[in-house]
Formats: sequence, C-alpha cells, structure tokens
Amino acid sequence: MTELPDGVQRREFDGRTRLATRGQPVYGEPTDGEWRCWDAGRSKLGAMLESGMEIDLTGDEGVLYLGAASGTTVSHVADFAGPTYAVEFAPRPMGDLIAVAEARENLFPLLKDARNPETYSHVVESDLDVLVQDVATRGQAGVAVDNARFLGDDGQLLLAIKARSEDVTAAPQSVFESVCAELTEAYEIIDRQRLEPSHDDHLGVVARKR
Amino acid sequence: MSDQSTDSGWFAGNTADDDLRAAIKTGSANVPTDWPAVAVDTDFAADAGDYYTTLQEATIEAAREAVAKRQAADDQQLLHAVRAMDDATRTANELAERCTEWAATQFDDVASGIDGARALATHEPTDPVAERIVSLATRIDDLAAEADELRGFIERLVPEVAPNLAEMAGPVLAARLISLAGGLNSLAKKPSGTVQVLGAENALFAHLAGRGSSPKHGIIYTHPAVNGTRPEDRGSAARALAGKLTIAARIDHYNGDMRPEIHDELDDRMATIRARADDESADPAEGSQ
Repeated sequence: MTELPDGVQRREFDGRTRLATRGQPVYGEPTDGEWRCWDAGRSKLGAMLESGMEIDLTGDEGVLYLGAASGTTVSHVADFAGPTYAVEFAPRPMGDLIAVAEARENLFPLLKDARNPETYSHVVESDLDVLVQDVATRGQAGVAVDNARFLGDDGQLLLAIKARSEDVTAAPQSVFESVCAELTEAYEIIDRQRLEPSHDDHLGVVARKR
Repeated sequence: MSDQSTDSGWFAGNTADDDLRAAIKTGSANVPTDWPAVAVDTDFAADAGDYYTTLQEATIEAAREAVAKRQAADDQQLLHAVRAMDDATRTANELAERCTEWAATQFDDVASGIDGARALATHEPTDPVAERIVSLATRIDDLAAEADELRGFIERLVPEVAPNLAEMAGPVLAARLISLAGGLNSLAKKPSGTVQVLGAENALFAHLAGRGSSPKHGIIYTHPAVNGTRPEDRGSAARALAGKLTIAARIDHYNGDMRPEIHDELDDRMATIRARADDESADPAEGSQ
C-alpha cells in the first residue's frame, strides 16, 4: 500500500478505519479531536487514496484542483497540501467553496471554466506538483491534457473519469479506454482502478506528465 | 485597469483592490509562470507568504462578485440558448437541403444534408453559379458550427443551473424542459403530470377537446428511459420519469444540492418496469426491449 502524505492519517471513526485530515469541518463529517473524517463515499480522491492506488504524495504539494464543486474534497486536499488552486465553473457550489476557502489560508477559489486554462493562467502558478481533476463534462481527457501546462516535470495527475459524462449510452469500459488513450498525449499512466462501490461508473487514474 | 498583455500576472500594474479583483475575473495569460516569485521580484509582495495572503483575499472577493453576477437569471440564459440552438439547427438543415439540391445541378456526387454542405464549402468555385453555391454552403457550415457551440454552451451551463435535472435528463433535455416551462422556477412549480406532457400540447388539447387519446409523453420521449422501453410500458416509464424529473427540478430550484439517491430511485423504478417485458418474454411472442 502506498504511503499517505503527511497530514493524512488512518483513524477510527464509528468502528471503521477511515482517512482523516486536520482542519475545520466542512460537510458534517465525523470528527475526532482536530481530525476530521475524509469520506471516501463522497470524495473520489478519498476513494483513490483509501484503495491504495499508486499515488505519490508527501504533503505540502502545490495543487491545481479542477471541478472543486462545494469543496468537499478540496477542503481535505488543502488540509495537507501547500498552495491549492480550486477551479469551479458553477456559481452555486462556489458559494460553499468560498466558505471552505475562508477557513484555509492556502486555498484559492476561482470561478473559471477548466476547459479554458488561459482564463486562469495569469493567477495559477506554474510547476505545480499535482493536478486533481473531477469535472463532469464531455472531453475529460482534453481538459487534463490542456491543463498539463501547470504541472512541473514529473507532475502528477489524479483523475476521476466519469463515464456517464462522456457518453451515457456507451459501455463505461469503452469510455475509459478512449479517455485513457487520449491522456497518453501528455501523460504516462501509472495506475488505474474502478471506484466501485463508492462511485459507480467512475475510473480513478494516476498519471505522470511526460 | 488590468494589464492586458497576455503573459503578465494578475497583479501586474495593479495596486487598488478593485483592479486586482477585476484582473482575476477578466485577465488571461497563455502560459502560467512562477507568479509568487515574479510578485516578490517586482515588489508586489514582500515574500511568498505575503503574496498568498493577498492572492487569497483577491480570489475570494473576485469569486464572490462573479457568483453574484452569474447567478442572476441563469435559467433565462439557458432558455434563450436552447431556443437559439434549435433555430440554428433547423435553419442549417433547411438551407442545406436547398443548397445540396442546387449543387446537384452543378457538381457530381453531392451528399445530402449538412455533411453535403460542409463538403461543398471546401470546393474551389470556377464560375459565378458555383461561387454562390459554395458561398451558401460556407454559411451553412458556420451556422451548423454555431449550433454545435450552443450545444456545448448548454451542456456546460445546465449542470450549474440545475445539477439534478441535468444528471437525470441529460443537459439538452433538461434545457428543453426549462425552456418549455419558461424557467426553472416555473418548472419546479408544475405538477408531474404536466411535466410528463410538456411539448405534447397539441395532442393534449386535442384530447381535452374530445379528439384522440391523452398523450403519454411529451419532450421526455427523447429520454432513453422512455424511448428505450417497449411501447406497452412507455406510459408507465414516462409517468415514473416525469415524477422524478419534477422532484429533481424542485431540489435544483429550492436547494441546489446534488442528490444521488433520487437518481438511484429512478434506476430502480425503471428496472422494475422493464422487468415486465422480461417476464412476458417467457411467452412465445417475444417482447421488444
């Protein structure tokens, strides 16, 4: 099993061992002192970490997070990482994300479209260590390839592919194959794993920038 | 105001808070740079910590302002976008018919429809007639491309206006429902029986006037849960789908949360309805899927 980054621990919650980070609670998750539970059922990245995928994180990384939504997952990322840029296109969840950011000095919310990285290249710094992507749009591979510009050498991509966003009618497996094939334009795939049962028809992908 | 040259950071040339926020919202750059280092070098910030503090204040305020602006009347934008997309698609198709029919008198092997017009647009015209045909074909190509752009825009906008409706119906059908109802607000207030027959108004009023049977479904026919169900069960499927769509629209309008459970409930219900076909396929007469 890969090692967890500093700032993430396995702890007991309600008799089960689950991931936890230190920070202000965000979505009513169980807490244990200053530790708050990282619910793998609500966070694809949480599910990827919990299942022991080949993720190389040590803590304090510079992160670009695409598809931050209400900040459920990005709040945990900001708890253990360094500067964390959170891009979200929808105004409604952005309201919640702003509240999450206010409680974390290293989290920067951006109301931007992840498909147009030019619109935030003047804010997001270069040579980041990690790109986390969880966007529910068609063309998820294209988004990851376009945003590779923010990663430094050997930067990591942690991607959750949602099959139903690409094509509701196609078999998830064939969607995953075509998305992964397109990713190889900019990345080398290190590990991939289905995220069932916590997230139906999702594939977790760990890749490194070429 | 903000520096518009493409490769400077959001802080370049700005000192006032208003300008900084505006730069975050509207600025751009082709490639990212090590902005914290640039900010320190250009004396915008004393050190990286100072830079990040300023950055956070500016991003939070910019996001807050952008949210307020975007939230105003988003569903109305959607309504116009989906109508514009339909008009653009229909017009492109009509013009393509006209254009390819005309082109068939001048060229060999003219394919029909928009693909045909697109192929024609690449021709090099050699005489005045061909020039007109190719020019017309070029406009059709543009118009069809605009329809595609509008679809892309709708696909991006719907999940933010109505996340549950978009997830359940797909963005385009969700946009059509909102458009037919006149807005998310009105859709959320409609009973599910009305949602079921939205888009089948002619059939409904014919039925109410005593002609014909009541329509089983309106625009929701385009949803795979309805058109993928065998004809005998489509009424049940449409009723079940309309019920869940109504709930989704209400959650989206009054709350805005994503609720995975209602999508599972619809899947369960659809599985039950489709199981009827399987039960009966034990009969020699094979039920269609």
